[in-house]
Amino acid sequence: MSIERSDVEKIAHLARLELAEADMPGYVHNLSSIFDLVAQMDHVDTDNVEPMAHPMAMTQRLREDIVTETNQREHFQQIAAQTENGLYLVPKVIE
Amino acid sequence: MQWEVVIGLEIHAQLATKSKIFSAASTAYGAAPNSQACAVDLGLPGVLPVFNKEALRMAVKFGLANGCDITRRSVFARKNYFYPDLPKGYQISQMDHPIVAKGELEIELEDGSTKIIGITRAHLEEDAGKSLHEDFHGMTGIDLNRAGTPLLEIVSEPDMRSAKEAVAYMKKIHSLVQYLEICDGNMQEGSFRCDANVSIRPKGQQEYGTRAELKNINSFRFVERAINVEVERQIDVLEGGAKVVQETRLYDADKNETRSMRSKEEAFDYRYFPDPDLLPVEIDDAYIEAIRATLPELPDAKKMRFIDEYNLKAEDANTLTSDRGLADFFEAVVKTGGDTKLSANWVISELLGALNKGSMGLAESPVTAEMLGDMIKRIKDNTISGKIAKQVFAAMWEDEGDADAIIEAKGLKQVTDSGAIEKIVDEVLANNPAQVEQYRGGNEKILGFFVGQVMKASQGKANPGQVNQLLSAKLKD
Repeated sequence: MSIERSDVEKIAHLARLELAEADMPGYVHNLSSIFDLVAQMDHVDTDNVEPMAHPMAMTQRLREDIVTETNQREHFQQIAAQTENGLYLVPKVIE
Repeated sequence: MQWEVVIGLEIHAQLATKSKIFSAASTAYGAAPNSQACAVDLGLPGVLPVFNKEALRMAVKFGLANGCDITRRSVFARKNYFYPDLPKGYQISQMDHPIVAKGELEIELEDGSTKIIGITRAHLEEDAGKSLHEDFHGMTGIDLNRAGTPLLEIVSEPDMRSAKEAVAYMKKIHSLVQYLEICDGNMQEGSFRCDANVSIRPKGQQEYGTRAELKNINSFRFVERAINVEVERQIDVLEGGAKVVQETRLYDADKNETRSMRSKEEAFDYRYFPDPDLLPVEIDDAYIEAIRATLPELPDAKKMRFIDEYNLKAEDANTLTSDRGLADFFEAVVKTGGDTKLSANWVISELLGALNKGSMGLAESPVTAEMLGDMIKRIKDNTISGKIAKQVFAAMWEDEGDADAIIEAKGLKQVTDSGAIEKIVDEVLANNPAQVEQYRGGNEKILGFFVGQVMKASQGKANPGQVNQLLSAKLKD
């Protein structure tokens, strides 16, 4: 299985990545190779194998429902581009 | 053409945990913006989500209450999309292995008939922050306090066939999550909200029509109106020869219309995949049974018991069990006051009426169950009549004390001394000779007039039973 240039463009858009025109052929080629490898693995008989959700054979540890975080807003907002009245400001998202 | 409406609901219930689903920041409502958004909620690099035990317990509790299958090994997945109220660029949710799988719920319709609605699944996920679009000189303000609040998204089968059925289902779930104490159900604060998938098809057709998803409806009234107005829109579209587009639409309550939320033809591609930051959640039978043992009496069972044990009408039992707090209140009134019918009437008409009038919740009621029960005792033992009791109730509502103190202070004790009542009766008869003539001439309906006059003369304090008896006896002389 190989992927097309349009697939790469779509994935890049969904991930909000800007790709240089000159790099496009390389992405198409390299990503196609990965898909070829996946296609090869598809031939392995996995009927009796439970799908893996995580590479580690462990289960989730649970946390007690206790509030331990304190208000560190001023600290976190030092790295924000713009803030006002405690809010993070971002370019307008709806008309 | 006859159209059939097909509705499925996705209900988002905020779980009533103290801390967030994957971080130890507080979930309390109404805090200063971003004062409860920690590094995990902000999606800063290098943080790791850790799953909240309580959120898991609450989700399982919901599943058990509806006879749903509980998934022994559930998996968290990332739902990828960019929006500023979700700084990580993905929402942690569940896709292929939700914690709660298939189940069902019985709803009751206005005409008393019932219907089974399938529950497809209920999965855990994190809530997003809030966007504020006004007053930031052309920018959007983001408050991430809500980001990471645990949500249980309850997805129904497309089993509902009218807006009324959808409302009945939503109300049932709303009552249930509060009974289970897993969600406060506060719709104004957004703790309980709903998206509706609505489509129509020609009656008799098997395949579903193309659906529109109505987003974020936060009241029962709006659910009904939003669905009805959307159904009308779809009928117009189809009968006009056009096609319904699968899209997300927003209900505008002011204009009572739905409108497309995303104009651009951008198909959603969430690219779900298992979240590598979170391991699969495994639970065993012992864990599930321990939670099952904590299930309270659920609304349907309580309703049946109220009908049997207290001899209530189905309608009254419905009202009283719609809310667990109200059901407990009623039972406490009965325990003190002794009379089930009087208790039901007073709770349903007077208490609920007064609460509605003041736009108050039960918790804010100035009249406690014990106070109301004590007052009902005084009706039962003939200290006061039902009519006078309304005065006593109103005074209790105004914090003037308990029933006995008010009866004493205002001198409301019913006159049961037959000598005293007889005196009033004699006066009334003496003052109204014309009416006495009429009665004796065969107009027995006029008895009510005399009763009214005697009650008036006694300022409502005469025992109505005795008044009736005395009047009848004397008029027959």
